[in-house]
Amino acid sequence: MRRFFLIAVPYAWLLVLFLIPFVIVLKISLSDTELAIPPYTPTLDLSQGWAGIREFFAGLDLENFVWLTEDDLYWKAYLSSLWIATCSTILTLLIGFPIAYGMARSPEQWRATLMMLVILPFWTSFLIRVYAWMGILSQEGFLNQFLLWIGIIDSPLTILNTNTAVYIGIVYTYLPFMILPIYAALDRLDGSLIEAAEDLGCSRLMAFWLVTLPLSRPGIIAGCFLVFIPALGEFVIPSLLGGSGTLMIGKVLWEEFFSNRDWPVASAVAVVLLLILVIPIVLFQRNQQKQQEADQ
Amino acid sequence: MDASAFAPWEDPQAQPLIRFKNVTKSFGTFTAIDDLSLDIFEKEFFALLGPSGCGKTTMMRMLAGFETPTSGVIELAGQDIAPVPPNQRAVNMMFQSYALFPHLSIWDNIAFGLKRDKMPKLDLQERVEAMLKLTRLEQFARRKPHQISGGQRQRVALARSLAKAPKLLLLDEPLGALDKKLRQDTQFELMDIQETTGTTFVIVTHDQEEAMTVASRVAVMDHGRIIQADTPDRIYESPNSVYVADFIGDVNIIQGQANPGEGDGYRLFWTEGQPPLIANSTKSFSAGQTCHLAIRPEKVTISAERPEDAANAVRGKVLDIAYLGNLSTYHVELPNGLVIKAQTANTRRISRRSFTWEDPVWLSWTATAGVLLAN
Repeated sequence: MRRFFLIAVPYAWLLVLFLIPFVIVLKISLSDTELAIPPYTPTLDLSQGWAGIREFFAGLDLENFVWLTEDDLYWKAYLSSLWIATCSTILTLLIGFPIAYGMARSPEQWRATLMMLVILPFWTSFLIRVYAWMGILSQEGFLNQFLLWIGIIDSPLTILNTNTAVYIGIVYTYLPFMILPIYAALDRLDGSLIEAAEDLGCSRLMAFWLVTLPLSRPGIIAGCFLVFIPALGEFVIPSLLGGSGTLMIGKVLWEEFFSNRDWPVASAVAVVLLLILVIPIVLFQRNQQKQQEADQ
Repeated sequence: MDASAFAPWEDPQAQPLIRFKNVTKSFGTFTAIDDLSLDIFEKEFFALLGPSGCGKTTMMRMLAGFETPTSGVIELAGQDIAPVPPNQRAVNMMFQSYALFPHLSIWDNIAFGLKRDKMPKLDLQERVEAMLKLTRLEQFARRKPHQISGGQRQRVALARSLAKAPKLLLLDEPLGALDKKLRQDTQFELMDIQETTGTTFVIVTHDQEEAMTVASRVAVMDHGRIIQADTPDRIYESPNSVYVADFIGDVNIIQGQANPGEGDGYRLFWTEGQPPLIANSTKSFSAGQTCHLAIRPEKVTISAERPEDAANAVRGKVLDIAYLGNLSTYHVELPNGLVIKAQTANTRRISRRSFTWEDPVWLSWTATAGVLLAN
C-alpha cells in the first residue's frame, strides 16, 4: 500500500501538471480559430449528452498542422531554432569545459567558493539578468563605452538586437548547466589515472585526450542536453536581445498566441516543438541510464 | 635463486641500476627524504619498508618522475634522470589504486603503453597475449575493469606495467587491497614473475611480512632516512638499531650497562640484585655504556626448572598466554616488572600444556641469541 502511494505521487504530479495540460493543448491545436471567448471552436458541451460529444469530435481536424507545412515561416523558424540551439550548445561547451576543468583542478579549499560563484547568478531573477545584458550590449552600453575608451573601435558596434546578442544571452544563461555536470564528472576522476597514462608513455596532452576526455563524456553529454533542450524553445532571450531577423520558434509561438490570438496554430506549433524535443530527451534519458548501469 | 648466488650488493665492482646520491626532497618545511644515498642493483627485488609518512612513497614517485629531488642526484643506469619526464623513462609503476582505465577493456588497458610506443600491430597483439598468459587473465581480456574481481584487477595492473618491459618496475603497496590469503598467493606469484621477466622490482610496503617474503633486500625507513638496508635474514637476525629490531617482528628489549668480558662477550647489568646477562657482540661497547639487548621471543626458552647449561636464566611468573594455534607466546613478568615474551611451538596438545597463568617459570637463552644495540 505504501509503495502504491510512493509511486502514485509522481504519477499524479505528471498527470496534473503535464498530461492534462498537454491534452488541452493538443485539443486546441485540432480546433478552429474563432472570434470568441475562448477564441477557438468547438467546445465540449456535456449538457447535450452523447450528441454533444459526437459534435465535439466531428469539429476537430488537422488543418492547423497542414498550415504549418504550407507557410514556410514555421519550418524556417524550427530550423533556425535548431541551428541557434546547436551553435550555442557548442559555444557553451567550449567555454564551460575549461571552467569545469579549472574548478576540478583547483585546490580543495577553493572548490566550494568557485561552485558558489557558478551558482550565484541564479539568485537574481533571470529576466533582470537579461535586461542587464541589454544595458551592456546596447549602442551606448557598457561594452561599447569600454571598447571606445580603450580605443579598439572608433564607432559603437551593433550587438543588441542581432543573433550575436542571442548567442551571448543563451551561453551566459545556460553556462552553469554545462559546467556543473562536467565538473561532477571531472571531480570524480582519479588523479592517478592521469599519472598512470603519463607513466605508460603519454604526454600531458595525450593523457588528456585519451583519459580525461573519455571519462568526462557522460558529463559533457548531460551538459549539452541540459543546454540544448531549453535553448531550442527559448523565447525570452531572442525576444529581448534578438532583432527582427532573429527567427526562433519560441518567439513565433508567442506572437501567434498573443499578437494574432490564433490559439489553435500556436498550440500546433507547441505540439510540433514538443515532438522535436522528445528525440533529444529520449537520447538524454538513455545516456543517463547507461551511465547508471556503468556505475554499478 | 639462492642468496649466495645472487648478491651484487656484496660485490664492490657491481654497477647499480639505480643510485640515490645524497637525495633530499622537501615539501615546504616538511622534509620527506633527508640526504639519502642508496644503490639498487639489476634484477633485485628491493622492498622499501616503513610506517606511513616515512618517505617511501616519495622515493618511488621520484623514480617514476612525478616528483623531482630538491637536491641530490638519482641515476638510472648511470644517467641522471631528473630531466627525463615520466613518459620517457624506462620505468613503469603499478599504482596502489591500480589506476586501471575504466573506459577501456582489460586488453586495451594492457595494450595502452605499447600503443603509445607505436608498436607494430602484430607484435603488440603477441605482447598483450603473452602478458595475459603470464598473469592468467586470458578469459577476461574483453571485460571492463569493473567487471572483474579485486585480485584480477591487481593482476591487470601488473600486466599493464610489465607490458613495456621496463628496466625498473615500481610497485606501490601492490597487495594492500587484497585479503590475507590472496595476498600470500600473490606474493609468490610476484616473485615468480620477477624471476621469469628478470625485471628489477622496487616495492613499497608497510607490511613487514610481505617485504620479508618477496624481497632480496629490505630497506627499513623512518623520517626520510634509511635506517638499515640488508637481506631479510640479516634485518631480522642482526638489526642495527632498536628501531629496526622493533619494526620487524616481535622483540624483547632489555636495557642495561655493558661491561666487556672475555673475547667478544659482554656482561649486561640490567637490574639490581640479578646476575648480569651474557651476550656476544661483534660491535664493541665501552665499559658502562648504556645499551639494549634485543632478543626474539622464539629464541627464549621457557621451562619449569632452571636449565643447567644456559648462559642466561631469569625467573619470572606467567602473566599471559597468547595461543596462536601452532605457537604459543608466553608473557612472563620478571621480578623488576619487565615483561619478556617467549614463544614455543605447540608440539603437544593444549590440554597437556606445562604452564598456566601465575606459574613460576625460568626463561633462558644462549649468549648468541640476542643482539646488543647501542641505540
